Amino acid sequence: MSPPVLSVRDLVVEFATRKGPLRAIDGVSFDIARGEVLGVVGESGAGKSLTGTAVIGLVEAPGRIAGGEIHLAGRRIDTLPKDEMRRVRGKQIGMIFQDPLTSLDPLMRIGDQLIETIQTHTAATRAQARDRAVHLLEEVGIPAAAERLMAHPHQFSGGMRQRVVIALALAAEPDIVIADEPTTALDVSVQAQIIALLKRLTRDHGMAVMLITHDMGVIAQIADRVAVMYAGRIAEIGPVRDVIGRPHHPYTAGLMGSIPGLRSEHARLKQIPGAMPRPGAIPPGCAFNPRCDRVIERCRAERPDLSPFGHTSAACHAPISRETEEAGR
Amino acid sequence: MSTASIDPAASPLVVVEGLKKHFDVSAPMLERLLSGAPQRVVRAVENVSFSIGRGETFALVGESGSGKSTIARMVVGLLERSGGRVTIDGTAVDDPTVGRAERAALRRKIQMIFQDPYASLNPRWTVGRIVAEPMRVLGVVKDARAIEARVGELLGLVGLTAADAVKYPHQFSGGQRQRIAIARALSAEPAFIVCDEPTSALDVSVQAQILNLMADLQDRLGLTFLFISHNLAVVRHMADRIGVLYLGRLVEVGPAEDLIDRPRHPYTRMLIAAVPDLERFADQAEPARGEIPNPIDPPSGCHFHPRCPFAIERCRREMPELVDGVACHRVADGEL
Repeated sequence: MSPPVLSVRDLVVEFATRKGPLRAIDGVSFDIARGEVLGVVGESGAGKSLTGTAVIGLVEAPGRIAGGEIHLAGRRIDTLPKDEMRRVRGKQIGMIFQDPLTSLDPLMRIGDQLIETIQTHTAATRAQARDRAVHLLEEVGIPAAAERLMAHPHQFSGGMRQRVVIALALAAEPDIVIADEPTTALDVSVQAQIIALLKRLTRDHGMAVMLITHDMGVIAQIADRVAVMYAGRIAEIGPVRDVIGRPHHPYTAGLMGSIPGLRSEHARLKQIPGAMPRPGAIPPGCAFNPRCDRVIERCRAERPDLSPFGHTSAACHAPISRETEEAGR
Repeated sequence: MSTASIDPAASPLVVVEGLKKHFDVSAPMLERLLSGAPQRVVRAVENVSFSIGRGETFALVGESGSGKSTIARMVVGLLERSGGRVTIDGTAVDDPTVGRAERAALRRKIQMIFQDPYASLNPRWTVGRIVAEPMRVLGVVKDARAIEARVGELLGLVGLTAADAVKYPHQFSGGQRQRIAIARALSAEPAFIVCDEPTSALDVSVQAQILNLMADLQDRLGLTFLFISHNLAVVRHMADRIGVLYLGRLVEVGPAEDLIDRPRHPYTRMLIAAVPDLERFADQAEPARGEIPNPIDPPSGCHFHPRCPFAIERCRREMPELVDGVACHRVADGEL
């Protein structure tokens, strides 16, 4: 197997507060291989976006990376000086955010934004960069691409804007694309198109993608593997079918049960009592223990680390095993 | 959840007939006269009719610009109608011929729950004052001690405690705030609650808590819901019947299960196919075609025809009527 494109080891992100450092990410590790889509899922405040922000080196004060290592294509990037990291970000990491308008300059023509990005990161002439810009817009499914180069962002619909942002993210042929809630602001019918597009591009370019979202349905559509985050840690990670179909962590199982399905016949949704703790109010032991229906004494004292169960890894002292699951049916 | 056996025609609590909302988006009049530009009108809601039976949950689903929130606001009287009638428990809403006492009685029967629990609760008021407000204003309970007791009861009903009454909204999480909003809605003992995207701002595990709470309260109190959402799975879970909106018009209405399991209108089919579902993994979802057109300048004939794989010449010219729960020429002709 080839080495991973992105490797994150024991990542810790802290925020300085008057009461001392607050740990928002606490020991997160994962790898993403070439051509692989890793979904990072969790509820608000779980630390999924912050993990993405740490990878692109944009954690801002009072926050800081307080531990761990991040390697991109074999090179350690979390210790790079600022301007060098800026070059890495443009060239090797493509970014797609929730609101396409924050990624586009409203005063600049779409074509100029693309051409500028291409010329910054490659040795292309303006004419070559223009050809490539047209090609990129065609690739992301924008009709009449050559004419649309002259348009400003406000002349595009929400879905078309997000396609332009995807074209921009691909402009420098990055090693990895980090997409943070790329379809959350879109209507379902448009969301389906953007998911299909991202899937096709990943396959065609052999790109690695870190897809951050709160929507498990989107993950099921596009991800190869999924990491479920809870209170700044990974609760469970593994192939998407296993995590969704046979979760071992009680939080993953609870999360799946609480999502209403189009075809499910359950009269009542499964609900997890309470809410996720804020950083600074995380209970000792397993952070999920006060909400967990499988809690044992050990969970209150000792923090669980990820260990393999079947095809997935879960951080749990009392995981749902195949036998108990079957007995419970 | 209420049973699907309710016959909405038997004695509907809410009847909406030919509801319309037109927004004038033309340039100022003088400018228009000078430039000779025509008047431009957005038909945000056009000829929408439905009824909701007692104890029933009727859901309206649609994407942005479908007019679902505009309808919700007109039904409760927060927005003036451009045409049509809304009747609740036999009394017409916003009818000048209806007497003052009758109007007050009507107002007590209707409440609304909004999407954003951070915007819908006054941050300077205690929870107790927020929850007591409707019963005080509408004169449901007058004695101060009785109000306090009732507030405690209501907070208990939604899973909070009477002691929470002295706290302020910022001391609660999003899910707890939505519980406060529900307690406030129940305060005047309404028969009918309009819920506009009540869980869209919440995380899924919290959404499940709120949906379960709403279903329990409906069972206990015999409430009637108009449920507005963009989320088909949530709607399938909550509703007895569903109406699908596209650019301000109802394109399909039917019992929840039938509509989701056997959609008839091409738009409903596309919408359902586009929902990312946990039971459907990669490469199985069919991407929909095109995007929602600008409502200022909607397509001719059936508004959906440019995105419809089954459109024929007639669909480009003629607006289909809602017949037998579907507004589609091809379905009406038995071709789909």
